[in-house]
This record gives sequence, C-alpha cells and structure tokens, in this order.
Amino acid sequence: MKVLVAVKRVVDYNVKIRVKSDNTGVETANVKMSMNPFDEIGVEEAVRLKEAGKATEIVAVSMGPQACQETIRTALAMGADRGILVLTDAELQPLAVAKILKVLCDKEQPGLVILGKQAIDDDCNQTGQMLAALLDWPQATFASKLELGVSDARVTREIDGGLETITVTLPAVLTTDLRLNEPRYASLPNIMKAKKKPIDTVDPASLGVDVAPRLSTLKVNEPAKRQAGVKVATVADLVAKLKTEAKVI
Amino acid sequence: MTLELVPARELAFQLYDVLGVEALCQRPPFAEHSRATFDAALETAQRLADDLFRPHNRKADLEEPRIENGKVRLVPEVKAALAAFAEAGFFAAHRHESLGGMQLPWTVAQACATHFHAANVATFSYAFLTIAAANLLEVFAADDLKRLYLKPMAEGRFFGTMALSEPQAGSSLADIRTRATPTPEGFFRIEGGKMWISAGEHELSENIVHLVLARIQGAPAGIKGISLFLVPRFRPDGAFNDVRLAGLNHKMGWRGTVNTVLKLGESGDCRGWLVGPANQGLACMFHMMNEARIVIGLSAAAMAMAGYRLSLDYAKNRPQGRAPDAKDPAQPQMPIIGHTDVKRMLLAQKAAAEGALALGLYCARLVDEQKTAEDESERRDAGLLLDILTPIMKAWSSELGLKANDQAIQIHGGYGYTRDYPVEQLYRDNRLNPIHEGTNGIQSIDLLGRKAVMADGAALKLLLAEFRATAKAAHADLPDYALALGEAIDRIETVTLRLLAGREAHGGPLFLANAWAYLEMLGHTTMAWIWLTQALAARPYADEFGKGKLQACRYVFAWELPKTKALADLLASLDSTTLDMHEAWF
Repeated sequence: MKVLVAVKRVVDYNVKIRVKSDNTGVETANVKMSMNPFDEIGVEEAVRLKEAGKATEIVAVSMGPQACQETIRTALAMGADRGILVLTDAELQPLAVAKILKVLCDKEQPGLVILGKQAIDDDCNQTGQMLAALLDWPQATFASKLELGVSDARVTREIDGGLETITVTLPAVLTTDLRLNEPRYASLPNIMKAKKKPIDTVDPASLGVDVAPRLSTLKVNEPAKRQAGVKVATVADLVAKLKTEAKVI
Repeated sequence: MTLELVPARELAFQLYDVLGVEALCQRPPFAEHSRATFDAALETAQRLADDLFRPHNRKADLEEPRIENGKVRLVPEVKAALAAFAEAGFFAAHRHESLGGMQLPWTVAQACATHFHAANVATFSYAFLTIAAANLLEVFAADDLKRLYLKPMAEGRFFGTMALSEPQAGSSLADIRTRATPTPEGFFRIEGGKMWISAGEHELSENIVHLVLARIQGAPAGIKGISLFLVPRFRPDGAFNDVRLAGLNHKMGWRGTVNTVLKLGESGDCRGWLVGPANQGLACMFHMMNEARIVIGLSAAAMAMAGYRLSLDYAKNRPQGRAPDAKDPAQPQMPIIGHTDVKRMLLAQKAAAEGALALGLYCARLVDEQKTAEDESERRDAGLLLDILTPIMKAWSSELGLKANDQAIQIHGGYGYTRDYPVEQLYRDNRLNPIHEGTNGIQSIDLLGRKAVMADGAALKLLLAEFRATAKAAHADLPDYALALGEAIDRIETVTLRLLAGREAHGGPLFLANAWAYLEMLGHTTMAWIWLTQALAARPYADEFGKGKLQACRYVFAWELPKTKALADLLASLDSTTLDMHEAWF
C-alpha cells in the first residue's frame, strides 16, 4: 500500500512569533523554519507502517516556495521514499491545499493519506477534513492510535470526552494527534541517503488547481499581554474571585 | 518554548558567511555534501541536545556517580542520551563512509558538537572522549586492532578514555611509572595505576577502550621512553582484563562524568596492545593534541554562549530599578537590560562567546584544510597556523569563557548564586577548561617557547600575515579598526623581537617569565582580528543580528584590544618581577 504524507514548512516551534509592524502577518524573514510537528508525527507513522511491512511506499508532499524542499528532505531522511514539491509563491489556504492534494491522490492512488491535524502557524485544522470531502473518502481525525488492516483501519481518536475508536474503510484520510507516536530524529546516515531520493517538482497550474485565496486577512495582532496574577490567602477567596471577578463559576 | 543556547542562526553565520564551508563540498571527501546536508545534521544535533542532553544536566550534577555493588551508578538519562546520540550516527559524523560515517567536514562536526557542549558537557564528554580516542586509533593502531575496536567505537558500542595521568604525574607525563612487559604472544603485560581518568568505568557501553601511557621495560628515562597502549576493559574473547576501579574523584563541575582512579594489572593479568611505535607514545598523543585542545576551547565557548543566552534572557525579563534620570518611584521598574552596566556585561559575554566560537570553528576549518586542501603548500600553511593558534584557542577561549560565565552569574545577582538557576553550574563545569589538556600556563609556555619561535618564526609570521590581510580588507569600510589592528600586529612583532634578543642576552628563564602576558597580548589581538572578520562578513545583514555583530566588534576594539599596549610595555621591558620572587618571601 502506498502512503501519502503532507508536510508543511512552518516557523519553528521554538521561535517566538513576532507580528510584522504593518500588521499584515507574521515575521518569517531570517526566522528558523522546520516541519510542522504534527506532520512529523504523520511521517513517523508512515515509516512505522513501512517498517511493519504494511506500507510499500511513502510519498511526502509539500507546497510553497523552493525552501519547502528542505522540509521534504527531512521527511526523506526520516524514511519517506520520494517527494513531490508543489512549487508556488502564492498564499495557500486550506481549501487550495486540499484541492492540490486531491489531484495528487487521483494520480498517486494511495491507500492512506496522513496529515497533521493542524499546522502550528495558522492552527486551521481544516485541510484533512476538506481533502476527505473532496475525495469522498472516510476520514479519521485526531488519531492517537492506528491499527491498519488490509481493507480497513481501526483508529483511536482523541475527542473532548476521552477516546473514540472507529473503523474506516480504505482508502482513507488520517490526521494525527500528539500521542500517536514520538517522531524519530533524522540520523546522519539517513540524511545522506535522503539526498539520493527523488523529488518531483510541479506547480498548481499544471495540476489544474486555482489556488487563489478565498479568504482575505484583514489584520494580524499580538495577543493581549497577560496580566500579572494575584496571590489569594484562602480557598474561599479564590472561589469568590472566580465567581465575582473571573465569572467562570 | 526552549531558549536556544547556541542559536542556529549564529552557527549558520559562522559556517557559511565567515568560513564559507560550502566551498569544502568541491573537495572529493565532501563531494556528497551541500548546505542542505550540513543544515540537516546541525538541526538533528540541536534537537537531540535539547531533547535528551539538556533536561538531565542538573540532575546528573546533583546525583554524582557513585559505586553500588562494585559498579558505577549514573542517572539513567545519561545512557539514554548517548544511545540516541549513537543511533543518530554522531559517533561517526566525520568518519569515512566505510566506518558508517557521514564524512562530515570536521568544521561542521564541531559546530554540531557545540549544541551538546552547551546542553550538557558532562554527558557529552563520554562521546567526545570516545571520538578522540578513536581518532588516535585510526591514525596509529595496527589493522587488527582497528578491526576489533575502531568500528564498535564509531558505532558508539565501545567507549574510549585517555588514561595518561598518574598521581605523581599530571602535567609532567615524563614521570609516569606504569610498566609494560612484552610477552611472546605479542601483547604486553601492563602494571600500574592511573589517576583522573574520565569515563574510566561505567556500564554505558559494551566495552571501554583505555588508551594508556606506559614504559616498556628498559626504555629510556623521560618522555623518550613512553609508549601508548590499547587496554580494553574486556578482551576480545570477553574475559575481564584486570583493569580495576580503585576509587572515584569528586569534582567541582563535570560531575556527571565519572572520574576514576584505576589499577591496572593488580592480579598480574592486564593485557595491553602497542599503538604506534614503541617509545613514541607521547608523539602519538601529541598528534591529536591540536584537535583535542580546539575541542576544549570550543567547549568553553559553547558554555560561554549558554551563559550569555541565559543571562540575556534573564536581563530582559527581570524588572529592577529605574533609569538614572527617572525620579518618580511610582513609575514601573525597568528590565535590568536597560541598565548600562548590565549591557556592558552582556556585551563582554557576547564578545567572548561569539568570538571564541568563531575562532574555534576557524581552527576546525584549518584541520579540514590541513587534511583536504589540494595544494601541498596550503596544507602546510594550515598546519602551521593550527600549531600557533592551538594554545591561543585553548587558553584564551577557556579564560574568556569562564569570565563570561562569571558575568552571567553577576547579571543574575543573588539568584545566580543559587542552585535554582543554571548559571552557577555552567561556571563550575567551565572551570575545568583552563586546567585540563595542558593547563593554561603550559599553553602560554608552548606559545612563546615553541610555537612563536619554531621554524624561524614561520607560524607567527603566517598568522600575522592573516591578521594583516583582514586589516587590509577592512580598510575601506572599517578604517579605524583596520588601523588599530595593524598597530597591534606591529606591537606583537616588536615585542617578539625584543623577547628573542632578551633570550640571547639573559637566557630562557627570563624569556619565558612573562609568557602568560604574551599569550594575553596575542589572545586580545586574535579576538580583535576574528571580530573584524565577523564584522566584514556581517555587512550584508542590515537587521539586528548584523548590527549586533558590528557593535560587539566595536566593544572589542574599544575595551579589549587597547589592553595590548600595557601588555606590550610589560613584555618589552623584560620585567623580571615574577622570576625574582623568592619562595621564602611569600
């Protein structure tokens, strides 16, 4: 079975995000970028499927400027077999990404598509769901456990009330949650091996996808500064403050 | 969010903008590489260091190694971190592909290493001691020894040590007493005791490979009668090799690194195999000395960087006091970074940490040049530059690095003096670096007594020519610095000639009496030079990073380089105050 994983290049999780002075977006110039951590979990899961003999080939897809090739190389160094770079300088919103992935799925015919449940830059949490709808495939989102069968997959999902276990028929779309696995480090020998793995470059137009944004960003602001806390003397004081000041109970 | 101890951008600047390491990819050993593979290796190193080395740095410091049921017990995180380090291939990062290596340039491998030095030097030491021991075996060991030991060391299954010192012979290795007796089977029987052996006994690896200095029976006295032996903890057939743990040393820092007293051949059954020619043990050791001392200097730089980054973060977030002209007590306090004297201490740390890092990576680049430059004369020149820069890198970086950690504590105030903040441990850990691998005093004698005068001063001339070339390159854009560096170079030339004349007239003891001042003068000048190279390389960056580089360069030229004038005066006067002091007058 072929597994397709989507990997997004985002501002590194360790970088303190700064809003551009003109409030049009987030500063990304000279900022460390790396693979979206949820997507790392996706790559790791695919590699484990391959190591268990359940997957035969892993295709890593990224979209954006040329630098996204580095993100694909990271996936290749973790164990993916080949990459597809959808090269564009346009702003990509979840719907456009889902449409591109749909075309690639039509072409590649994977048995499973794995995406992060969301990207840590825009936190949209939409692409996997949109892709499943466009493909008309079942979706298993927020996965914390995957047991892959021949024609279906048993997936444990993290939901508000606890854990939900569902079965989806394949092909299907899976989005990863944090507890699915702990991604491996790209080892030095595998970094060298990844150099020799192929990456195809395509562009959205050649895939017949119009990526024009459907949403426009009006303004990006820093979140409000957190107020200093106060110490309370007793539990009763705390409860009173939660009731009267915070009004949360 | 984790604070970056050694920022990825700083390393990228040093490697690509200052040192141009991408050019190395043109050479056959590195032909498979590109900036992408270098960056990927650096990223893996940083993540591994942050995820698995940094979190137990304090725990391993608090829970010192101890002996339990005859075995050394360490906190379990040490083994897990080193296993991941091995799994990721870092034991063989710079080694040939045939040994499972990545054939990474030494410069890039050392840049990766800074993340581990900064995160947890005590745990990392097990790895870098192994790598250093394996480097020595790769050059000098016979093929059968290499087959048995080198590959498992490159895989991180066997660890290594340097077992040189003895209780009566620390700096003075000529006085070691451990004996080696030849046997008809080809190996030697080893008998003696070793002191200060880091990683000398533990359960972290399948085997421990000790590199032991010993005297073969009948060998000449002094350094010309010392040979190097490979002494494994377990022999190839698995038998115990009579290397016994006699005790542990309890240290100020590096406490996670077990430091041992070893007895060899107490039961008369310790076998050692000769490495390199008989009676050439010290020469073999010294072959690796440049690299080992650069590693020490880089370790000091990385810890200086960690202290700088931590105290910078603290200074930005600790509100205390108000500006000198703000009289209103109702105004909120300002973060202490607003106080000029705090900025002074941060600038001093930035200058020390980033300067020593730049110099260490420059030296590492010279190691790559020495091994892979196409032209024979380029390789020779790289070797000469390395010879003279090594004592400066080792001693000056460890001197400045420790001072930087001192300032990191100072910025933290009383909190910095407590064990609730990490800077006091950095200081204790970094305090080792002026001592080991040849004390800084020995480095200064090596610099003036050997390196500056060897081959008719060829190495010094070459180094000063490098300095002059940078001054010339800076002439158009940074003329004041170019001029000041030029004057400092002149001072070194004048003082060196004066010292040599003094040696002719008054002999060696007076010549070497102020060797430390000579090292300080060269240290300050070398730092000014390396900062000028950084300022030149930072010209394309108009952002805060580039401005910070320029300002730190300005600091070095305003505050540090002028100190060479007083040092030059002292040296040129052939002052004999220290020499003339009598023991009884103390």
